[in-house]
Amino acid sequence: MNDSDPRFPKPEEIVSTPGADVLVPRTTMSSTAVAPTTPAEIELSGVVQVSERQQARRENWRLIRRRPAFIVGVFIVMVWGVCATLGDRITPHSPLDFRVVPNGAHLSPRAKYPFGTDEQGRDVLSRVMAGSRDVLKVAPLAALLGVLFGVIIGMVMGYFGRWVDNVLSRIVEAFLALPVLLVALLAVTTLGSSTWVVIGVVAALFTPIVARTVRSAVIAERDLDYVTSAKLRGESSVFVMFREILPNVSGPIIVELTVRIGYAVFTVATLSFLGAGPQPPSPDWGAQVSEAYNSISAGIWWTTVFPAAAIASLVIAVNLIADSVQSVVEAS
Amino acid sequence: MGRFLLRRLASAVITLWLLATIVFLVVNVLPGDVGRKVLGPFAAKEDVARYNHQIGTDRPFLSQYFTSIRRLFTLDFGTSYQSGVSVRSLIFPALFRSGKLALLALIITVPVSIAAGIFAARRQDKPADRIVVTTGLATSSIPEFVTAAVLMSIFCVHWKLGRVFATPPSGTSVIGQFRYLITPALAMVVAYFGYIARMSRAGVINGLQADYSRTATMKGLSKGQVMRKHILRNALAPTITVISVQVGYLFGGIIGVEKVFNYHGLGSTMLSAVVNKDVPVLQGAVLLVGIIYMISTLLADVFIAYLNPRVRLETSR
Repeated sequence: MNDSDPRFPKPEEIVSTPGADVLVPRTTMSSTAVAPTTPAEIELSGVVQVSERQQARRENWRLIRRRPAFIVGVFIVMVWGVCATLGDRITPHSPLDFRVVPNGAHLSPRAKYPFGTDEQGRDVLSRVMAGSRDVLKVAPLAALLGVLFGVIIGMVMGYFGRWVDNVLSRIVEAFLALPVLLVALLAVTTLGSSTWVVIGVVAALFTPIVARTVRSAVIAERDLDYVTSAKLRGESSVFVMFREILPNVSGPIIVELTVRIGYAVFTVATLSFLGAGPQPPSPDWGAQVSEAYNSISAGIWWTTVFPAAAIASLVIAVNLIADSVQSVVEAS
Repeated sequence: MGRFLLRRLASAVITLWLLATIVFLVVNVLPGDVGRKVLGPFAAKEDVARYNHQIGTDRPFLSQYFTSIRRLFTLDFGTSYQSGVSVRSLIFPALFRSGKLALLALIITVPVSIAAGIFAARRQDKPADRIVVTTGLATSSIPEFVTAAVLMSIFCVHWKLGRVFATPPSGTSVIGQFRYLITPALAMVVAYFGYIARMSRAGVINGLQADYSRTATMKGLSKGQVMRKHILRNALAPTITVISVQVGYLFGGIIGVEKVFNYHGLGSTMLSAVVNKDVPVLQGAVLLVGIIYMISTLLADVFIAYLNPRVRLETSR
């Protein structure tokens, strides 16, 4: 069966019984088990069943792509991605050049400057278009690193259990009690506010959250037959954790990654508003709002509201994607 | 209940100790000269030495560590590098002001979002439910400072309903303060509404489908009675946990809101500490918020155990 099969049932039906309409003969499965839902079955029944897991994944991906929220989210992220990549090659004016309009500071929105100009006469539209660059670079990287370390630690916690889990769980709990933004500010002050410090700090603060999720997913797997049989075969712990268990907990990990990217955008934008990020004259959104918000009281709203709306649109878009992925993965 | 309390308190103390250790390590994580790192490569040697002496980083590692642990339990956070006064005298009044703002935000958020959650659960998968859920998802994902800036433009400048500078002059009456604090509080309501509404919606949906609510309906209770006496009691537990966790986040998100509205709370104190490289103040503020988070989750757990005997019996086994 391929992706464009016209006999493909409605999404709801697939969600309730994944793989129910699969035509591959199922030799090793009992009649009660409709789908290869437990990893034990997948492992026991060999090659055919493994391809069914891939198939289940392909079906999930199909369902995700069909969700309107996902399409809207991807569209918005792509728009900002294009703006970030092409930068001042597509902006109507230069985002940095403050001599663009002599005596043209704080012009309200008009045909030539749809978003108005800022206190130095720079075109706000051009700056908003160019301002996505840092956040799109820093946030996904931080989320990715956080998920990477979180998966490793969570895997160790869930797989080994006992005192390893007890000790690490306490540390994770302590991390969760830390106010993310406040610690990030402290770290940026003592370690310097370079991009890598911001990435490292955000990743470090996300690691325990991811670890907790992965831990509970691994605990649900570790006593299943396929893990026991791998152990009896004499496989090393590393092999069992990352070759046997990891593929079976990939769902929650992917969900966690998309959710974390959303939080990373949130955190990075806030940090740069608070001054721990790209410095002026960088057109970074958070930095722009930070430069402009004091003139709101004078009625000059456009220098703040447009970059603020840009941040909101990106965060919401990433969350729409994350939410779509989450509901499909959790339903399957 | 006694054993449950003891166990929960012990775990809170261990977590606090780890918290202080983490905060200590954030400052001392890299080997070398803290004063040099903080003041930069161009600072005079004497200044760096003075800085290190003042914040105590010229003392042996272990002695520093014990000091920072002691500070946690005595709530004495040392001396501010910038102003020379005790950190406590700086951050406690600031915390009080932030607390006022956070409390106002919570007083509005909690009933509104629980009501919205019940409203949405009763209309599960209908358009009204979708609107509540999607709005909650969208607004809770936007950073607080973004909402604050937009609300300020609309409420305070365009409609002239609130104040742009949220710090009330001293001696303002409670009602007068309300007008200063309402717009920044609303920014936080927008940010925290979504989570709590989502949680109470999920709880109520579970309750509506549960056997006990069917039994209650069949024995002749009215819809309102079933909701109040059976469903809400069960649905509230996860909602209370979420609210207690939000209290911790509240003090993170409040920084952005305080900056936008020039409100002199804990957030502004921290931001000026960042500018002045005042590490003791930052450390104290982080620890204090950590302690608040621990206390609020502790209270929530105790309250849930009080509501639900199953919880306290399970944990004390």
